Amino acid sequence: MAKITIRGNMATALGAKLCRPDVVPAYPITPSTLFPEKISEYIADGEMDAEMIRVESEHSAMSACIGASACGARVCTASASQGIALMSEMMFIAAGMRLPIVMAVGNRALSAPINIWCDHQDTISQRDTGWLQFYAEKNQEGLDLMIIAFKVCEDKRVLLPATVGIDAFVLTHTIEAVDVPDQKLVDEFLPKYKPELYLDPSKPMTFGSFGTPEFYQEFKYAQTKAIEKASEVIDEVFAEFKEKFGREYKKITPYKCEDADVIILTMGSMSGTARAAVNKMREEGKKVGCCKLTVYRPFPGKEIVDLTKNARVIAVLDRDISPGFGGALYGEVAAQFINESKHPLITNYIIGLGGRDVLIEDFEEIYDKSIDAVKKGRVEKPVEWIHLNKEVL
Amino acid sequence: MEKEMYEVRFHGRGGQGAVTAATILADAAFREGKDVQAFPIFGVERRGAPVAAFMRMDTKPIDLKTQIYEPDSIVVLDPTLLDVIDVTKGLKEGGKIIINSSKKASEFKFGKAKVYTIDATKIAVKHGLGTKTNPIVNTAILGAYSKAVGNVSIEAIEEAIGEKVPRKKEENKKAAREAYEVTRGE
Repeated sequence: MAKITIRGNMATALGAKLCRPDVVPAYPITPSTLFPEKISEYIADGEMDAEMIRVESEHSAMSACIGASACGARVCTASASQGIALMSEMMFIAAGMRLPIVMAVGNRALSAPINIWCDHQDTISQRDTGWLQFYAEKNQEGLDLMIIAFKVCEDKRVLLPATVGIDAFVLTHTIEAVDVPDQKLVDEFLPKYKPELYLDPSKPMTFGSFGTPEFYQEFKYAQTKAIEKASEVIDEVFAEFKEKFGREYKKITPYKCEDADVIILTMGSMSGTARAAVNKMREEGKKVGCCKLTVYRPFPGKEIVDLTKNARVIAVLDRDISPGFGGALYGEVAAQFINESKHPLITNYIIGLGGRDVLIEDFEEIYDKSIDAVKKGRVEKPVEWIHLNKEVL
Repeated sequence: MEKEMYEVRFHGRGGQGAVTAATILADAAFREGKDVQAFPIFGVERRGAPVAAFMRMDTKPIDLKTQIYEPDSIVVLDPTLLDVIDVTKGLKEGGKIIINSSKKASEFKFGKAKVYTIDATKIAVKHGLGTKTNPIVNTAILGAYSKAVGNVSIEAIEEAIGEKVPRKKEENKKAAREAYEVTRGE
């Protein structure tokens, strides 16, 4: 293995290359553009044997992914923000046709107003398409999760597509040290994709055709069972990955949570800053911990309950907003506790939208607000916005 | 806990290589066993417009993912920026400023900051880096950084140049080395 310093986009592109995809249809968009650029460079330099399809839109990119994947090819692509919004129609189809496509995402805000910076709105808004969703904290995770995602998605118990999200700019354009696994080890870990069912003129069959009321619900049930099964498969693949490459992943990773009164739940790059903030607050005697969610779909509800149920408050941080409700993650975490007889208070903080930097002070403010709820014994304002510039409101 | 972390901000103009300078310095520090991050100002870069880039290094794994607001040192690739922006913004007390300038360091005064100057433009032109009107000074100024700050060796910077600079690797290494030799450390 070789450790090098690279940008996040390069890490996901290298991760993709190591997986030896057959076809890469892609349309460039900030902040993910370096991904297709690197892939075309690898192909031009003879380092990668894949067909790159230059398409006229993200909708076409996903359409081409679906066609190629249905023919039995290993397929990946990259996109972000508006590109993913434009793909949405085809993302439902990719999942419904049970195609293990992997998409690297540079998680970016959605227009309007136009904004190229980081939040999770693009993939969160696609949560019901049936794709697995992974979120990386750092570039190393971006690379590793590409390999892990292919292995999980292609498992015949799963057969579903996945997104691997790295935060716009905070990761996509940031240089970090990344351990690049040996190709030989990746080949052993992820052998050639050999689907049992694929489009072949000599054995005609159809994918994703008409599903009448007699069958449609069963299709959706089977698809739902598959993504639930993925939860188990992810654990197996994480264990195998650790065995092979030495790096450990969990669907949800706790930090200093054992005795914590307040547990802060995060996704993506802010999870690192959360740990730094927890270290600082622990030195001041505050009983606080944090949990990093790496897998958002399938949702690790049971794991979240097990890790956080003894806290007094769970502070759920959403780098997304479901207008008229609150953060998406908050609603889902809260739902996990509804049938538990006893549970912590649950607060929600909307944070870091459109590239607003997430600071140590923000975590301190969140801790203070959460402790205040403990003292009062209730949550007065469940959904709060952090770091709002009140002067422009 | 913050002691071992060291943060640098680079000021330049779009096209001058400030981002590459941050990248090379990060790669060099990484080669000496540090954990590193390097990033541009998050946004859209235009040729000629003021840009900034950042480098963070630590002897321990870096958890922090925030931008850099209070750097330990500042590197100015283009002296004309001194009239346009406050390059010292957020500089930690006792911080260092390395400026590409033909003037003496004593001609600059930035509070308690320790100033170093290096005529990186002259060195870059001498080694054929860029053009006379648009010299690429980022490698030369890193040589000056190495001497002035002393936490990344010139050898590691030369190695990183070999890895990260696409063209004229040897000329860039020589420019860095020359700037290192003529800069006076503490």
